[in-house]
Amino acid sequence: MNLRDSGAVPVNHLEAEDLQLWRGDRHVLKGVAFVLGRGECLQVTGTNGAGKTTLLRTLCGLMVPEAGRVLCEGRDVRKDLPAFHSSLMYLGHEAPLKADLTARENLHYWIGVRRSVPGSILDAALARVGASAWCERLVRTLSAGQKRRVALAGLALMFAPLWLLDEPTTNLDTEGQQVVGALMAEQLARGGAIVIATHQQLPAPVRAARILELAA
Amino acid sequence: MRWTWFHRLASPPYLYGLAARLTPWFAWPAALLILGGLYAGLVLAPPDYQQGEGFRIIYVHVPSAWMSLMVYVIMGVAAAVGLIWRMKVAHAVAASCAPIGASFTVAALVTGSLWGKPMWGTWWEWDPRLTSELILLFLYLGFMGLRAGFDDTQRADRAGALLAIVGLVNVPIIHYSVIWWNSLHQAPSVMRFGKPAMPPAMLTPLLVLLLGFTLFFAAVLLVRVRAEILQRERAARWIGETLRT
Amino acid sequence: MSSARMPAAAGAAINTAASFGQATPAAPALSAARLALARDLTLAFRKRGQLIQPLAFFALVTMLFPLAVSPELARLRAMAPGVLWVAALLASLLALEFLFRDDAYDGTLEQYALSGQSLTWLLFAKTVAHWLLTGLPLALMAPLAALSLGVAAAAVPGIVLVMLVGTVALSLIGAIGAALTLGMKRSGALLALLTLPLSLPVLIYGARATELAIAGNSYLAPLELLAALAVLAVTLAPLAAAAAVRISLE
Repeated sequence: MNLRDSGAVPVNHLEAEDLQLWRGDRHVLKGVAFVLGRGECLQVTGTNGAGKTTLLRTLCGLMVPEAGRVLCEGRDVRKDLPAFHSSLMYLGHEAPLKADLTARENLHYWIGVRRSVPGSILDAALARVGASAWCERLVRTLSAGQKRRVALAGLALMFAPLWLLDEPTTNLDTEGQQVVGALMAEQLARGGAIVIATHQQLPAPVRAARILELAA
Repeated sequence: MRWTWFHRLASPPYLYGLAARLTPWFAWPAALLILGGLYAGLVLAPPDYQQGEGFRIIYVHVPSAWMSLMVYVIMGVAAAVGLIWRMKVAHAVAASCAPIGASFTVAALVTGSLWGKPMWGTWWEWDPRLTSELILLFLYLGFMGLRAGFDDTQRADRAGALLAIVGLVNVPIIHYSVIWWNSLHQAPSVMRFGKPAMPPAMLTPLLVLLLGFTLFFAAVLLVRVRAEILQRERAARWIGETLRT
Repeated sequence: MSSARMPAAAGAAINTAASFGQATPAAPALSAARLALARDLTLAFRKRGQLIQPLAFFALVTMLFPLAVSPELARLRAMAPGVLWVAALLASLLALEFLFRDDAYDGTLEQYALSGQSLTWLLFAKTVAHWLLTGLPLALMAPLAALSLGVAAAAVPGIVLVMLVGTVALSLIGAIGAALTLGMKRSGALLALLTLPLSLPVLIYGARATELAIAGNSYLAPLELLAALAVLAVTLAPLAAAAAVRISLE
């Protein structure tokens, strides 16, 4: 059991090198390659089933490609996955929230496993996404949009240099989408990188440095 | 160290062709050895002092039991290779082993029961060897059941492989604990599964049959692996080319 | 911890760390494990009703034997070790399905795998929580079942001790099966098929130790073997479970 205390490493350079991946008989990733630097945002688009989620999960290291590598700072991430994971935050389709805990408790456990987060910072994050009013309610009583906001608060709490976001704006109203945009802009401004899978327009202040279109 | 042969083996088309070429080399010797061994054991060997003619069933029982364990070990090793080096063909080998090993286990159980009937008067006794064989059967069934539960072949392969490795580690533990359990409850009638003291005339057919069964397993495995490869690679181009020629 | 200002307005940033080189250090593994444990315990207590179910099942299965065999206490006492252990085994099987199921479904396991912390350690913490909620109560309830089967009260401490050690091993071994069958619908029978053969040594030594305890003899030898199994399970099972979880996330 690894009792290392691993700190985040800055992600100045993320590269995907000709990723090939099959799911059963389907050739999902057909030689995906890109380079992403500090303060840059990569938008991954494509129709449903084109492999956007698969690409994000491969970048995380959850899925292993049949060929190709993911490089961070020039090193294959598979050589030291825990360190790479410490530097990234992955938000999938569903917000990883427990229905029987309050929004605040969810954040406390979810982020607390990764970083020690004092209560004041937690409250600040909840205020940031406009969740202060209902953060003490059980998540099962919240709407889909509210749950998504709690997930965003988690994003705001983590000082993760790399964000991997899968359709972060689903279920959000215009105000919620503005919050996403503001958070993403701040992330890019402080030198972080974002890979976002979405077929919608990126929220206002954010511009994609490059767009990767996946074909089904 | 030259690992090229190892990596070449990992290529499905190569293994497909190699298996086809090797099969007769295992199948014919296996047939000869098994027939010869059976003749020697069932006809030529003298009857046992204690057990009379009934002991002859060990010529099928012992090789079956031996194979059932050996196949499990091979299955576990193949699964480990597939899991660690991500080799699809290793998973195909492990998947092909399972039904063969399970069949050997059933054969061992049935012949063990037939052997015991004249001695015990009952069709079944919970002696350590038979009990271990039964548990081994459940280990095989669990492996096959887990694989069958996933539609995605890759997930089935990897989950099954992990189970096979866990099972392999547990087999000695389970076997030892079954022996321990049985030693506590020695039945008053001392008809146990002892191997009779064996003069060469009795032992040789047994060894011949052991080798014959091993070769038989190899032959059947090669045939099954080819079928597995066909099934898994059905969308690949090389299949169409190979089958056309 | 880098400085962070309370936001004056909604648009203010949470943190002002200029470079990620100064990012906050990761939580140490022990506190991460403790949080995982605390979360599972908190969640379980919010759904208190469900905690009773394995215990009720245990009691029910125990009750089946007098009804199916004979109400004579002498006969029941002879069967008691077996009945207790079979009931405990089945009850813990029932509870196992919920070890990882919810977390796999809502993405919590995925976040654990991506947390940078040791997944083995986090799953061990979850299994400990599971044992505290199912195995421990089972071991404490066993005396009641034993008494109902005609066992002498003097045997109770021994029964509890053996059950405590045994259920630890059962929870850990079961975690492997639970992790392997993640994502499968209706995996109950398969989970049993996978877990029971691996649990047989625990059953053998545990039942023998219980039998000796009931007879008033020394049960140290089988208990030591049982403890050895438990230690082996503690060391190896979380590794296997973590590997199985990663396979399920691929």
